[in-house]
Amino acid sequence: MHIQAGGLDYRNLNEIVRISSDREVVIEGCMGQRYIGAGLSGREIRIHGTPGNALGAYLDGCDVYVDGNAQDAIGDTMNAGRIIVNGNAGDAVGYAMRGGKIFIRGDAGYRVGIHMKAYRERKPAIVVGGVVGSFLGEYQAGGVIVVLDLNRDPLGIVGNFCGTGMHGGEMYLRCSEIPAALPAQVRAEKVGFLQSGEVADLLREYCAAFGLDPVQVLSEPFVRLTPDSGNPYRQLYTNN
Amino acid sequence: MDPLFIYPEYEVVRDYDRCISCRVCERQCANEVHRFDERANRMLADSTKCVNCHRCVCVCPTHALKIVKSDDTYKRNANWECGTINEVYRQAGTGGVLLSSMGNPKPYPVYWDKLLVNASQVTNPSIDPLREPMETRVYLGKKTVKIERDEKGRIKDNMSPQLTLSTPIMFSAMSYGSISYNAHESLARAAEELGIYYNTGEGGLHRDFYRYGKNTIVQVASGRFGVFRGYLESTAAIEIKMGQGAKPGIGGHLPGAKITDEVSDTRMIPKGVDAISPAPHHDIYSIEDLRQLIFSLKEATAYKKPVIVKIAAVHNVAAIASGIARSGADIIAIDGYRGGTGAAPTRIRDNVGIPIELALASVDQRLREEGIRDNVSIVVGGSVRSSGDLVKAIALGADACYIGTAALLALGCHLCRTCHEGKCNWGIATQRPELVKRLNPDVGYRRLVNLVTAWTHELQEMMGGMGINSIEALRGNRLMLRGIGLTEKELSILGVRHAGE
Repeated sequence: MHIQAGGLDYRNLNEIVRISSDREVVIEGCMGQRYIGAGLSGREIRIHGTPGNALGAYLDGCDVYVDGNAQDAIGDTMNAGRIIVNGNAGDAVGYAMRGGKIFIRGDAGYRVGIHMKAYRERKPAIVVGGVVGSFLGEYQAGGVIVVLDLNRDPLGIVGNFCGTGMHGGEMYLRCSEIPAALPAQVRAEKVGFLQSGEVADLLREYCAAFGLDPVQVLSEPFVRLTPDSGNPYRQLYTNN
Repeated sequence: MDPLFIYPEYEVVRDYDRCISCRVCERQCANEVHRFDERANRMLADSTKCVNCHRCVCVCPTHALKIVKSDDTYKRNANWECGTINEVYRQAGTGGVLLSSMGNPKPYPVYWDKLLVNASQVTNPSIDPLREPMETRVYLGKKTVKIERDEKGRIKDNMSPQLTLSTPIMFSAMSYGSISYNAHESLARAAEELGIYYNTGEGGLHRDFYRYGKNTIVQVASGRFGVFRGYLESTAAIEIKMGQGAKPGIGGHLPGAKITDEVSDTRMIPKGVDAISPAPHHDIYSIEDLRQLIFSLKEATAYKKPVIVKIAAVHNVAAIASGIARSGADIIAIDGYRGGTGAAPTRIRDNVGIPIELALASVDQRLREEGIRDNVSIVVGGSVRSSGDLVKAIALGADACYIGTAALLALGCHLCRTCHEGKCNWGIATQRPELVKRLNPDVGYRRLVNLVTAWTHELQEMMGGMGINSIEALRGNRLMLRGIGLTEKELSILGVRHAGE
C-alpha cells in the first residue's frame, strides 16, 4: 500500500496504516506525523520524508525504514523489530527499548539508549553512524549501544555525562582514546579491533543496511564501556 | 559495650504462665526475634529485631505475647524526641539515607476528620438504601462530546472510552516486586468480583493475571518496566505515573536482591540488576511532552482505552492538573502525602507534598473555573481510610477514590512500616516464597470484597441520609459538607462553610 501523507494528520495516517491488511506500507511525503508504527508488529513500513516524534513507539516486530531524518523518541519502549534511519535522529532514541535494533546513519541527539534493558533472549541494539549528544546510555540496564563517528566529527564522539546511572549492558565507541570525564560508575577499556563476535556481526548488519564497507568501519579500534556494578545504590540507605 | 546501642522502640512481652514453648512464634518470625533457649527451657525474644508487625501475637495459640511501646526513654525533650535522636544516631553510624515505608505517620492535620457530612431532616426526606435503589455506579473518562450525526441523522457514538465502576473505589497502584504474587492475585480477583479495577503499579503484569485484564489498570512509569504491546492491549486503562504521594519528586528503586526470576520476567528486565525508576520521565519536560506520551499510548491501543495521569499532590497541583486536563488525558489521579509506599526516604515521605483533601478541593475548583472539569475524571488517593473519607472526597469533587493502605490492611498488613526490608511476615510486601504462601489468595480476595462491599453499604447509607440516590448528585456537592475547627483560609480552600453556618 502506498500512502500520500501530505494532507493527513497523524491520527488519520496511522489509522490507515493500522487497518491496512498489507504487510508492506510505503508512506510518501511524510511531514512530521507522529507515532507512525506505534505498537505494530509484522509489518514493513517505508517512510519518505520526515516522520514526527515517537516513531515506532512500543514497536513489536516491524521493519521501519526512514529515507530522511527522524525526530525525537524513536523506538520508545520498543520490544522487537528494526528501525533504520538514513539520516539523523533527535533525542531519546530507543528509550527503554528491550529488544530489536535501531540503526541511525547520521548523528543522534541527547539521551540515546536511555534505560535500555535486556530480557531473556532479547538484547536490544542501537548503532549510530555519526556522533551523539550528552547522556548517552543513561540508566542503561542491558543491551548494546555503538557509536561510530564515521566522519570524525570535531564535536567529539559523545557529549557530557555518558553512561550516567549505567548499571547493565555495554557501549562501544569507535575511537582510540577513552573519552574524558566519564562518570565514576562507568568502567572503560580499550578493546582494539572488533573482527568477530556479536558486535562485529551487528556492525556488518548495520553496514549492509546502508551500503557501507564493513572492512573500513571495522578498521578502527573501539573503546568499551560497562558499569562497575549492577547494584549502584546498595550502600545508599539505612533502615529506619 | 556499644555506646551507640539504640534501645528498641517496642518490646516483646511474654506471659510465661501462658507460653507452652510451642515455638510457633519462632517459626513465624522472619526477623528471627524468638528462639527457644535449651538451658533455660523457655522461649526468649530479642526485641531489637522486632518490627512490631504483630504476626507472633496473632498466631500464638495461647495468646501469651504482646508488643508494647518501650518505656525506655531519653531525657524528655519536646524538640528532640526519641525518634529524632535515634535517626541522627543511625545516620551518624552509617552515612545512609533513612529509608522507610508506608504513609507519612507524622501528626499533620487530617482534613477528613475536620469535615462533617449533612443529613436530611423534616423538609427533604432521607432515603432508605435497603428498600430503594441507590446508584453508586461511576463512569470514569472524558465527558465532553459534541453530538454528531451521520448522513442518515443518527447519533454517532463518539464518546471517549470510559471505565465503569460498580462503586467509586479502586485499588491503587502497587507493583509486583513491592508486593507479592498472592497479594496481586487477591487484588485482581477482588476487582473482578466487585466490578472495579486494580492497578498493576509500574512493575509489569504477571502472565497469570492477564485474564483479569478487563478489571486491570496497567502503569507506565519512567522505567517502562514490563511495558509492551500485549501489556497495553490486555488492560482496561493505562496509567502514566508521573508521581506518587509518598515520595513526590523522586523515583523508585527496587534492589537487585528482590529481582527474582518471576519479578525479572514480569518487569522484563535482567535478573539481579537493580530496577531503577528515575524521578522524571526523561522524555517529559512539558505538558506538550506529556501529551506526546499519552497519544503514543492511545495510538498503540487504537484509542480504545482511557489514559490516566497520576501525580502527587504538591504545591501547584491545581495548575498542573489544569495542564493535564488539556493534555488529552482522560482521568487525573492525585495522590496525597499520606499515601503508602513499599520504600521511600523518610525525609521525603514525611516532609514533601500536601494533603489530598486540599489538593482535591483546589483542583476541582480550578478545573470548574476554567470550564474543563468534564475533560477529565478525578481519582484521589493518599489515605482514604473509610467510607467516611470516601463520601467526603466525592463531595469535594472526586469521581472515585484509590485505596492502597486500606486494601493491604484487609489482606493482613499491620502497618509496621518495614516493607522495604522485604521480610513481611504477612506475605504481602515480600518475595520470599515461604512468606508469600502465608497470604492465601482465596481468603485475601474475600476480605477485600468484604471491605469494599461494606464501604459501599455505608456510602449508600450516608447518601440516603442526605436524600441523595445517585453518586452523581453527591460529586462536588460541597453543600453536603461543613468544616469543624478550621480557619477561614482552610474553609476557603476546601470550599465549605463552617459547621453551624
